[in-house]
Amino acid sequence: MLRSKQPNVQKGTLSPRQIRRIVLEQSKRAHVGHIGSALSIADIVAALYGGILRGDGPADPERDRFILSKGHAALALYAALRLKDWLTAEALDTFCADGSDVGVHPEHTLPGVEFSTGSLGHGLSIGAGAALAARLQGSSRRVFVLVSDAECNEGSLWEAVMFAAHHRLGNLVAIVDLNGQQAFGYTEDVLSLTPMAPRWRAFGWDVHEVDGHDVAALAETVDRLDPAGSPHVLVARTRFGKGVSFMEGKIKWHYWPMSDDEFRQALREVEEAS
Amino acid sequence: MRAAFVRTLLELAEADRRVLLLTGDLGYSVLEPFADRFPDRFFNVGVAEQNMVGVATGLAEAGFLPFVYSIATFASLRPYEFIRNGPIFHQLPVRIVGVGGGFEYGHAGPTHYGLEDVALMRAQPGITCLAPADHEQARSAFRATWDLPGPVYYRIGKDDETTVPGLGGRFAIGRAQRIREGSDLALIAMGAISSEAAAAADDLARQGVSCSAVVVASVTPPPVEDLVAELSRVPLAITVEAHCVTGGLGSLVAEIIAEHRLPCRLVRCGVRTVPSAPFGGQEYMQRVHGLSRESIVATALQTLQMVAG
Repeated sequence: MLRSKQPNVQKGTLSPRQIRRIVLEQSKRAHVGHIGSALSIADIVAALYGGILRGDGPADPERDRFILSKGHAALALYAALRLKDWLTAEALDTFCADGSDVGVHPEHTLPGVEFSTGSLGHGLSIGAGAALAARLQGSSRRVFVLVSDAECNEGSLWEAVMFAAHHRLGNLVAIVDLNGQQAFGYTEDVLSLTPMAPRWRAFGWDVHEVDGHDVAALAETVDRLDPAGSPHVLVARTRFGKGVSFMEGKIKWHYWPMSDDEFRQALREVEEAS
Repeated sequence: MRAAFVRTLLELAEADRRVLLLTGDLGYSVLEPFADRFPDRFFNVGVAEQNMVGVATGLAEAGFLPFVYSIATFASLRPYEFIRNGPIFHQLPVRIVGVGGGFEYGHAGPTHYGLEDVALMRAQPGITCLAPADHEQARSAFRATWDLPGPVYYRIGKDDETTVPGLGGRFAIGRAQRIREGSDLALIAMGAISSEAAAAADDLARQGVSCSAVVVASVTPPPVEDLVAELSRVPLAITVEAHCVTGGLGSLVAEIIAEHRLPCRLVRCGVRTVPSAPFGGQEYMQRVHGLSRESIVATALQTLQMVAG
């Protein structure tokens, strides 16, 4: 059976390659899917946990909050928690086991997971409340919410978009994982979301279009955000299944688990990527 | 109970800075005292109940005690999943205040009736569900539960004048309140319709029926001991609720009778059909669905005759 290797983490950075490796290893070990969704956000999660998120660990009350609203990509989050050493290798290896806190979707009972997610269209509302709370408490902590593009199908997301803009929650940052795919098709075929950025702009958000696989660009963009301004959204262009050639852009890899051969090839591609 | 809610909330908010009030654009001419006194702690979030509960979840996690306010059906049915996945799963102190359960918005029509809210909340193990009978009991219920660690659903009525005779504002979590003694049958009521049940009990007593009457405001946690004691003393119980007969008070009493193997017979007064047109005012709707004072009396007499026969 595959076991997690001890990561070699450089302080202040997080390796997207190591996140992808953990995503592949764990999804293979547990024989589950959602691999493409997790690979899609590996660089965003690396940027967040590699430097953007402030605070002294999951118990620090003044830590920045991160809500993975697209909870089905939880493996990327678990990988980051592992690389930060907030999740032990033993706990990570219980992914999808009976009696584990480490499930397909993240549970708040796991240290480092702020809120349980999995039902789409919920995380941004909670994030808006968390951002409002920080303002009422005079705290400079920020709230980051990572949503999927298909999640923007949910009307409840736009309720939160309106609320955050109305209250000028400049300490709230949404990140849209714009990979163009959803569970049963391409977003353009299912329910078109184009153009994404102007929609958020029309609702009063401060919009930044970024390459969702460019860790440095993501961090630099967040650095420039004005906490006293409107709420911010990073429309992050991503490739579904990024890093594994046979998964990229393929609907199948929303749900499908890997065969042994597919796993070996996927791991090789991720390890050999520059 | 709306005015009682706002008055009580003002007192609580004076004493505790964690108390916030959110409304889904309802409460005109009701919530202003709070909005005027605490403008920085009052949020009209607009007509967006899901977001209201989501925002309250984020606020509660950060240490606040957010009360969210809307008409019962909009406060419960529309954001139900947000209530479950948010405050219930995370065990956060969000308070959901649903106004005008049952047929209280009579002429507004079926979209405004709150007939399933208690069933929805009863189905969730992690939320306290309270349905006070009058404004005095509502005040006691708010004061007894406002700072519980987990979420609370309050079903409150619009009426701030009627009081249920014999209740005297009594409330205790997990307890029922007996408002009349009797041995032929027990009327067991939940929420604002309790005043109809109390009046029906009076009528029955005048007709020589020894009628007990009990109010259940603490639906979750349920007053199991009190109800077992009551149901052990009488041969017949009639539940009265402005709610669907499935999942609310009638179901709760049926569960207790079955699980405690009690010989008591049960009749459930409540809504059994789709409450579609023709519709009318609250009293008309209550009459149509067998919940008026007269229909409760008729049900009781018919059942007693059947039991005797």
